Amino acid sequence: MKQPMRVIEKRQLLSAEEIGRTLQRLAHEIVEKSGGTKDLALIGVRRRGVPLSERLAKIIGGTAHADVPVGTLDITLYRDDLSTIGPQPVVQSTEIAFPVDDRDLVVVDDVLYTGRTARAAMNGLFDLGRPRRIRLCVLIDRGHRELPVEAAFVGRKVETSDTEIVEVRLREIDGEERVMLVDRVA
Amino acid sequence: MLQRLQHVLAIETLSPEQILFILDQSKPFQEFQRHPLKKLATLRGKTVALAFFESSTRTRISFATAAARLGADTMNLQAESSSLKKGESLIDTVRTLEAMRPDGIVIRHSSSGAPEFVAERLGVPVINAGDGMHEHPTQALLDALTIRDRKGKLEGWNVTILGDILHSRVARSNMHLLGKFGARITLCGPAMWMPAELEALAPGTRRVPRIEEALDGADVIIVLRVQTERIHEPALAAEEYILGYQLTAERLRLAQPDALVLHPGPMIRGLEIDPVVADGPQCGVLEQVTNGLAVRMALLYHLTGGAPVDAPHPAKERSNAAD
Repeated sequence: MKQPMRVIEKRQLLSAEEIGRTLQRLAHEIVEKSGGTKDLALIGVRRRGVPLSERLAKIIGGTAHADVPVGTLDITLYRDDLSTIGPQPVVQSTEIAFPVDDRDLVVVDDVLYTGRTARAAMNGLFDLGRPRRIRLCVLIDRGHRELPVEAAFVGRKVETSDTEIVEVRLREIDGEERVMLVDRVA
Repeated sequence: MLQRLQHVLAIETLSPEQILFILDQSKPFQEFQRHPLKKLATLRGKTVALAFFESSTRTRISFATAAARLGADTMNLQAESSSLKKGESLIDTVRTLEAMRPDGIVIRHSSSGAPEFVAERLGVPVINAGDGMHEHPTQALLDALTIRDRKGKLEGWNVTILGDILHSRVARSNMHLLGKFGARITLCGPAMWMPAELEALAPGTRRVPRIEEALDGADVIIVLRVQTERIHEPALAAEEYILGYQLTAERLRLAQPDALVLHPGPMIRGLEIDPVVADGPQCGVLEQVTNGLAVRMALLYHLTGGAPVDAPHPAKERSNAAD
């Protein structure tokens, strides 16, 4: 059984208002760098990438007056650490109601860390078809990459140590809205 | 927290929570069957032994396909039970299997309890693919998934099981499962195929000799396969069975208008089921096949994936890794 981890909050990285502003900017960047919204689709990675992708699509819908399709991707079956963990993680559904072939996909997640989730997400998407392009959008990039993965759209870059954790709380999932840097207590 | 499933030997010993967990975990794999590329690497490097001591086509192919789609390798072991001196040979075979170090064993055997026997002697997850007249748990799970999908929920249906109930492990597993979810079960078939003790499997089970009465108000009808070797003169002529127990379109009208018809396969059209019913909109047979793949993928993923059961859980977990 997993021990409840003891953590202390070190500082707040983003307030609710700052999250909102960051998403506005990211939505704007996505449309600008994509040269519009043609073929564009957002893929939220479970769990917290899902509300983020929905919010981005809503902002794009409001400012660029375009319906950008949104899908949900569960990467559990594509994780590379499954053979080392005891009880297997619960699998959730992937819900992508449009063909990904020739789409311009933006994968949305809350935190970019080792890059392994992004790798798994790409594998998952390839099983659904052949997208024209895949880019990554994250709210926080905390460094410590273990794979050659970079995000095209970054909300905030944060210097972190190995023991620190970036905790993203979103109102849809957590009932509150902020991003914190916390540290493990030995 | 749900206890980790180690084996799936019988529905009887699973809790309702464990059953719902398996059904919920089958959902993503149902959707996976619609992917253009049906190949995962999730169980890459794992080996699943398919030990079928009793002939089987559908169940074996279903497990083999489920394993293949998860990226696992399979090793096939097929033996006709008639050529075995059962107890001794089973031990020998089990030892041979163990020496090949599989990550999971799927076993079908004509002796009730054989999968449990194997599970007790090997440190490997075992899935029962049908044992004698005992249980066929994955069949009951895929039936439950089909019922839940088609009818919106699993709980509280009037379920009628038709046919050779005595010899049917499918009937037993289904009675255990649906009984845990408040089904009112009605059994109907020739008297010689209706053992008394079956009523104890699910509370409130009743047996009804006439099919018309058994179908009255049914929400789910499970038609069992009639084993042709059991149909013969003078015990029971085929015509007699058809006359008394075949699910015809006319008889189906006695059930609820949206009643779901299930059959574990292989169906013998014109014997236990009228082709009009088999091909009709109320028949869920093809969904059962697809759902069988999903249930078996979910079980293989949870049972044979991951570190061995007795391996220590890695103390250090990456946070901000996959959530």
